[in-house]
Amino acid sequence: MPSPAPALLARLREIVGAAQVLTSPEDTIPYGFDGTAALKGPVGVVVLPGSTQEVSAVVKLANEHGVTIVTRGSGTGLSGGSVPSEGCIVLCLTRLDKILSVDAANLTVRAQCGAITAAIDAAANQHGLFYPPDPGSMKISTIGGNVAENSGGLRGLKYGVTRDYVMGLEVVLPDGRIAHFGNACVKDVAGYSMKDLFIGSEGTLGIITEVLLKVVPRPAARRTMLASYDRMEDAAQTVSDIIAAKIIPCTLEFLDRMTIGCVEDYAKIGLPRDCEALLLMETDGHPAAVADEAEQMLALARARGARDVRVARDDAEALQLASARRSAFSALARVRPTTILEDVTVPRDKLAEMVGFVAEVAKKHNLLVGTFGHMGDGNLHPTFLTDERNTEEMARVHEALEDIVTKTLALGGTITGEHGVGLAKKAWLRRQVGENSHDLMREIKRAWDPRNLLNPGKIFD
Amino acid sequence: MKPSLKLLDYSILQQCMHCGMCLPACPTYDATKKERHSPRGRISLMRAVADDEMKLTPAFADEMSYCLGCLACQTACPAGVDYSNLLETARAEVQSAGLNQTFTSRFWRKVTIRGLFMRPRLLRFAGRLLWLYQRLGLQTAFRQIGLTKLLPKDLRRLEPQCPTVATKFSPQLIRPVETPTKQTHRVALLTGCVQDLVFADINRDTADVLLANGCEVHTPPVQPCCGSLHAHNGEGDAAKTLAKRMIDLFPPSQFDAIITNAGGCGNHLRHYGSLLAADPVYAPLAKLWDAKLRDIHEWMMEHGCRAPQAGLGDLTVTYHDSCHLTHGQKVTKQPRELLKLIPGLKLVELPEANWCCGSAGIYNITQPEQSEQLLVRKIGHVIGTGASILATANPGCHLQIARGLRQAGSPITLLQPVTLLARAYRAEKKASR
Repeated sequence: MPSPAPALLARLREIVGAAQVLTSPEDTIPYGFDGTAALKGPVGVVVLPGSTQEVSAVVKLANEHGVTIVTRGSGTGLSGGSVPSEGCIVLCLTRLDKILSVDAANLTVRAQCGAITAAIDAAANQHGLFYPPDPGSMKISTIGGNVAENSGGLRGLKYGVTRDYVMGLEVVLPDGRIAHFGNACVKDVAGYSMKDLFIGSEGTLGIITEVLLKVVPRPAARRTMLASYDRMEDAAQTVSDIIAAKIIPCTLEFLDRMTIGCVEDYAKIGLPRDCEALLLMETDGHPAAVADEAEQMLALARARGARDVRVARDDAEALQLASARRSAFSALARVRPTTILEDVTVPRDKLAEMVGFVAEVAKKHNLLVGTFGHMGDGNLHPTFLTDERNTEEMARVHEALEDIVTKTLALGGTITGEHGVGLAKKAWLRRQVGENSHDLMREIKRAWDPRNLLNPGKIFD
Repeated sequence: MKPSLKLLDYSILQQCMHCGMCLPACPTYDATKKERHSPRGRISLMRAVADDEMKLTPAFADEMSYCLGCLACQTACPAGVDYSNLLETARAEVQSAGLNQTFTSRFWRKVTIRGLFMRPRLLRFAGRLLWLYQRLGLQTAFRQIGLTKLLPKDLRRLEPQCPTVATKFSPQLIRPVETPTKQTHRVALLTGCVQDLVFADINRDTADVLLANGCEVHTPPVQPCCGSLHAHNGEGDAAKTLAKRMIDLFPPSQFDAIITNAGGCGNHLRHYGSLLAADPVYAPLAKLWDAKLRDIHEWMMEHGCRAPQAGLGDLTVTYHDSCHLTHGQKVTKQPRELLKLIPGLKLVELPEANWCCGSAGIYNITQPEQSEQLLVRKIGHVIGTGASILATANPGCHLQIARGLRQAGSPITLLQPVTLLARAYRAEKKASR
């Protein structure tokens, strides 16, 4: 275990208070990982600042001592973005959890970086407003982490992702200065759009301490439907038919047979275990439009051979279905000790092909896989169910991932739709974006953070 | 063989993929926002011990005891982590390593867990002494003249929380066998330890509800402790001995169901199968036992509980889920459905109904501060509902919340669902006369 210099610790205690500097193994070991399987790092010290000024002071101190900083929120990331690196300060921002204001006139919410995603939507809801991005971990994920990873969710097709809702940011720069980007104006073309550089920067360019978010009027009506199929292709084709009918539902999620079984084991809500694909559909908006769209979607599902189609009775059941879907990744962990989750994304019309390919790859390498994801936006989550202690099997998992990435890129897709590169995907980034683009990213990082103090080794080496 | 995290099937530890879904459900994480006080944080510490990355330390022991053991994380966990098993193993290892033990804590442990709760007659005798102390006005007198200050520190803190012992225990209220007019089932009734000493009348109510629904009720006057206290506090061998005694006293093949009315006991009682899995004689019996074990609400609703014809007037009632009934036994709907059978009773939902009240076994004694915070939070919600009665189904929650309501000067009455139902049946009988 790397133990930080006593002088550094003393100064950290002065800045944030002794109770907010953790150094004993019992306190620090639980900060050695995030939500990513099979990845962990050594932690010497965890610091929990209580204000932007304290964050800034910690960063300045880190500069003085040449110590690196790995920032984290609730630690639910899925690409190892907040896994600590050797000798770093783990900067945990969960104490900065206040929702500062909801501005119903300008349709904005201002919050500290550690505010919980679901709490932001709940605060908006009090004013009849809606914060749409809903990553699987929204009940505990922090908004700062969502912005740093540019998180997605189940509503991407209609509502977009976190980036589409960020209007302004307060950021502590790598040298400790505090900078503000963006504002509450819908239109703003003053200079470079700097906030966009920080969205999805995974803690490598700055530490986001406050966010100004766009919110929208809460849809008056919502209808949730569930269709089951004997063939995955039929579910995918239903989605294509819905889009071709000029309907943009807020949610079009699919689960394969393996995932359905695991989710049902957990949620016990009566999902059909014997079908090959389940399509969760949701439309929201004006009540008349919702009724009309729901009717059409049900008819299209039936026409494509859905064996059973049903509408959620009420909000409670709709919520239950969406929550069950959000639990899919963790529920798959029931089967084997280690769960390796992928996040490849392909253009929507290539999704059925990709799902079929994943099944073939699993068969070829003799692996168990469960696949689920967002059929509406082409983002799928093939999840290998394995055991990290079995090195031979893990080698096969890596071969399978290699095959999946190659196919994804051939189809014009991306290695990560919503989880970020972090540690988990960095080996493939250059292949996807190309030499020049990759070099430019590294040049920006070098210019911005020449001493490589912020989250070193993430995204690229 | 001593229980230890290293010997535990490693896949149970691996089952946790640290996704963090448990964090918002955990009362101690909610209170401190520190990872070590969260389920996945504690599991990472257990894993570090199993992996030899960390030694068993007093801080580790503290952390295991700071956990409420409410099992809300098990309800929240999509991956199905057996946290209860992990926590019991970790606590047992801490216990056998002798960490964090003072002479007095060892002494009281010996007196209570290894003494009183192993010997039901002795426990009742102690209960009777306590009853005398309370009835003869000695408690008030001792408190007034400050004699309670002579008690050891641990006991002194405990003394004001001490529940009032019932005048009659279960055998004085329930005959060994009671038969309904029209019999459809034959069931055994477990009277519990605290339930028997403090809430024997609730056992009577339970018997009445069973009788009103065609069950012949078998209630042996002397029953062993179920062993849940022992298992939760790292005394695995004693827990096994007690489980065998229970099975001997209630051969599961002779009953349609074995009924428990205490949420905490019930959660332990329905896992005798795994507790005795390695025992060649008792393993099959324990498996059958688990299959027959029912929480009273579960059993009543499973067999179409008869709605009473008379009610108790217009009542607004709210319901608090005991942790081990809801997170352990997953019995959540049945107590509510049972309450709704009573004519004139309006059930209003309690916000955060399944959030721990801070009783958590002996947690209110071992961690008084955190326990008090949870109690205050619970009482605020209870008062906010505007209900005149709070129903709950576990002696620990009952005592804790009743104390909280008294402290807050609230007139809300605390009753158990079976008591309300039994009273309605009695009202029905009265009306038909």
